[in-house]
Amino acid sequence: MNILSRRSLLKVSTASLMLSAMPLPILAQEIEELVIAYNVNLPSWNPTIGVSAVNPTIQGIYQSVFDLFIAQNTDLSQTAGLLTDWGWNDDKTKIFMAVREGVVWHDGSPFTAEDVVWSLERAADPEGGNPIQFIWSTIGNFQIDGNTITGDVLRFEPTIFKWMSFLTGYVLPKAYIEKVGLDGFEKSPIGTGPYMVEKYERNAFVRLKANDNYWGGTPEFKSVTIKFITDATARVAEVESGSSHVTLEMTYEEYDRLKSGKLMGTSAPISDIGMIFFNDIEAMNDPNVRKAAVMAVNKNAIVERLLSGYGIPIDTLQAPEYVAYDASVSTPYNPEGAKELLAKSGFSIDNPVRFTIQTTRGFKPKDYEIIQAIVGLWRKVGIEAEIEVYEVAKHYELRASDKLAPAAFYNWGNSIGDPTTSTGFAMFGPTPHSVWDGEDLTNMIAPLWGEANEAKRIEGWKSVDNYIAENALVLPLFQYVQPILHAKGVNVVQHASGALLPHLMTRN
Amino acid sequence: MTRIKRILLRLLTMSITLFGVAVIVFFVIRVVPGNPISMMLPPGAQEEDIARLQALYGFDRSIPEQFFIWLSGVMQGDLGTSITTHQPVLGLVLSRLPATLELSVVALFLAVFIGGFLALASTRMRGTRVEGMIDVANGMALSIPDFLWGLVLVLLFGVLWPVFHISGRISPTLDFQFQTKFYLFESVMRLRFDIWLDLVSHMFLPALALAIPLAAIIAQLLKQSLKETMHLDYVTLSRTKGYGENHVIIQEALPNAILPTLTLVGVQFTFLIGGTVIIERLFSYEGLGNMAIDAVINRDLPLIQGIVILFALIFTIVNLAVDLTYAALNPKLRHG
Repeated sequence: MNILSRRSLLKVSTASLMLSAMPLPILAQEIEELVIAYNVNLPSWNPTIGVSAVNPTIQGIYQSVFDLFIAQNTDLSQTAGLLTDWGWNDDKTKIFMAVREGVVWHDGSPFTAEDVVWSLERAADPEGGNPIQFIWSTIGNFQIDGNTITGDVLRFEPTIFKWMSFLTGYVLPKAYIEKVGLDGFEKSPIGTGPYMVEKYERNAFVRLKANDNYWGGTPEFKSVTIKFITDATARVAEVESGSSHVTLEMTYEEYDRLKSGKLMGTSAPISDIGMIFFNDIEAMNDPNVRKAAVMAVNKNAIVERLLSGYGIPIDTLQAPEYVAYDASVSTPYNPEGAKELLAKSGFSIDNPVRFTIQTTRGFKPKDYEIIQAIVGLWRKVGIEAEIEVYEVAKHYELRASDKLAPAAFYNWGNSIGDPTTSTGFAMFGPTPHSVWDGEDLTNMIAPLWGEANEAKRIEGWKSVDNYIAENALVLPLFQYVQPILHAKGVNVVQHASGALLPHLMTRN
Repeated sequence: MTRIKRILLRLLTMSITLFGVAVIVFFVIRVVPGNPISMMLPPGAQEEDIARLQALYGFDRSIPEQFFIWLSGVMQGDLGTSITTHQPVLGLVLSRLPATLELSVVALFLAVFIGGFLALASTRMRGTRVEGMIDVANGMALSIPDFLWGLVLVLLFGVLWPVFHISGRISPTLDFQFQTKFYLFESVMRLRFDIWLDLVSHMFLPALALAIPLAAIIAQLLKQSLKETMHLDYVTLSRTKGYGENHVIIQEALPNAILPTLTLVGVQFTFLIGGTVIIERLFSYEGLGNMAIDAVINRDLPLIQGIVILFALIFTIVNLAVDLTYAALNPKLRHG
């Protein structure tokens, strides 16, 4: 018979005490409080100024607390939100907006048309620090009549209402910010969104409480904790261990490994594409080289082998969900055709055309590997590209100063799906985001900025995309598919913008 | 030279070092490619928008002009305003410093405890298989960097046997109003051991990951020192007096052997704080290191400057403290 000694008893007791004090993995429990392992930190609660305001990855957190002027369906189409109706008068010199009634801010005070006007005027203030000020300043002189707002069009901007569902397009509380100031707002932010901020620890987590008065209906999960876990390995470990229920931005291999085990996975295309900018310098001034560079890339193989199928090959800068997407424009994989084009310019496998291609490494999934594969495909037809790795910050700087290499990999998000915010800004020479300065393309795009006829405007952009494809002015690669891992107890609805929105999640 | 003169001289050297660090960091981060304005440019921004943003953040001035504006602010205790958080840099870094200090101190204690234990055990069991095993373990601990230990610990104790937290500093569900940012210390002072246990459960893995390589260094050095001391006459004398081996090692040999280890621990502590940058990131620990990586990614220049200056200040203070402690403990230095 074993006799429990005093020492053994002490050991067992101590171990039991320690283990009982440790938290149990939440996987084993009913999901009461939803925990999300998020891939980025939230640096600021002000969604209208600074770097955070134009960071697409944190818009999901902002949209949990604040409402956009105009809400957006999961397929990027717009729908009534705080504004229930909007538009221009016939000659497009005035705008009107109808404000939803009965909405309250998180502190219980009523939301009014004054909040909308104040938010718009603040966004348009050149000294206010809103990075999208150049769009918001195209309207002004607002008049309020009950729940209707009218205003003047100071410069016609066909996408102004689309921007109301995009970056910095949030309605903030006038009276509250005037009372507590921006610092006070940063410490204790309120909005009209589906969740209220209960507790926020910078770089650690934010705990949200459901807004029972939300105009769109109370979210299913009454309490949501978003943990900021920037390391992909740690994020995956969080959901594997059951410490979090939902996570995103893991490697495709990890996703495939885990989605059919104790976790579930959901994946859907989002408004983010991979592309290669061509700068009209050196070899890229030769149309044969550009066209050969496009024809030599087997996008299907890249998506299948490097992205594990989590991508959709594209031939223009428009993804299928965007309004100006035209399926008839295509640039098929044709290595033999590429060789013939290069031969016309005197290049061959033995005498290749040489240029530099820039890429990030690890900024987007498999970015460097994708460029390595493309360089390999190019080599087979007579293009010898040297890879230069840089940080994304350097990419921004080089692009803004038109100093990118002849080819440069980048990803382009466009969560309103409008052609101006994809082809327009990426390819219009005079903007700091484009490195293609060809006069012919600039002349084609210029009239479309102010085109008031929507159908004509969209057709115009389709023509531009067709022209770009025919002349190989850019190399569109694929649309990203976003994989999300989650516990079996939660149902995740994805948004095409890529924003992870807890109020769309339900119990399974 | 008197001790006070020596301290004053060291303080002067410290000031020059800090000024040098300030100059280097300020100019280097402005020369390397990637500026914060180009990162916040939205699609469609025009030249005038860029100029407006540059003026707003003070980047329209020359770099020397920016430096002197910043330096005059630093002299008055103002490290500037963070570009990403729109908060004063001084407040931001001071709010994170306690988390990093607590983590580093706990890691140091763990390292000293583990390393010291291994050295003593190895000395006690010298010539046996245990000594060989300890040497092999030491070699492994030394050759694997702290972030890899972190990954191993995450997999072992976060996934396979999830008994510790693998992210954050405290459970989000705990509603406890801290009065200071030294959570661990405060939880003990306020006798909230439930909070303390939660904090330890979050801190243990990152601290252990930081501690393992340092523990190996301590074990190796202390073992070597003990080995040398054990052959000295006074140790042999104490043996002949009939003292047991444990007494001889701990009471007689250890006090003399520990001095070089103490110096090493002090120097290594600064490296340990440097190591928190990666470890805090891996464990999503809300310290200075985690903030530093975000600041670099976002090219938040004022915040990078603030963090580097603070790190430099800590390094110089720790080095000064080590030198003073060593001088106090070492009779040769104490008497000039």
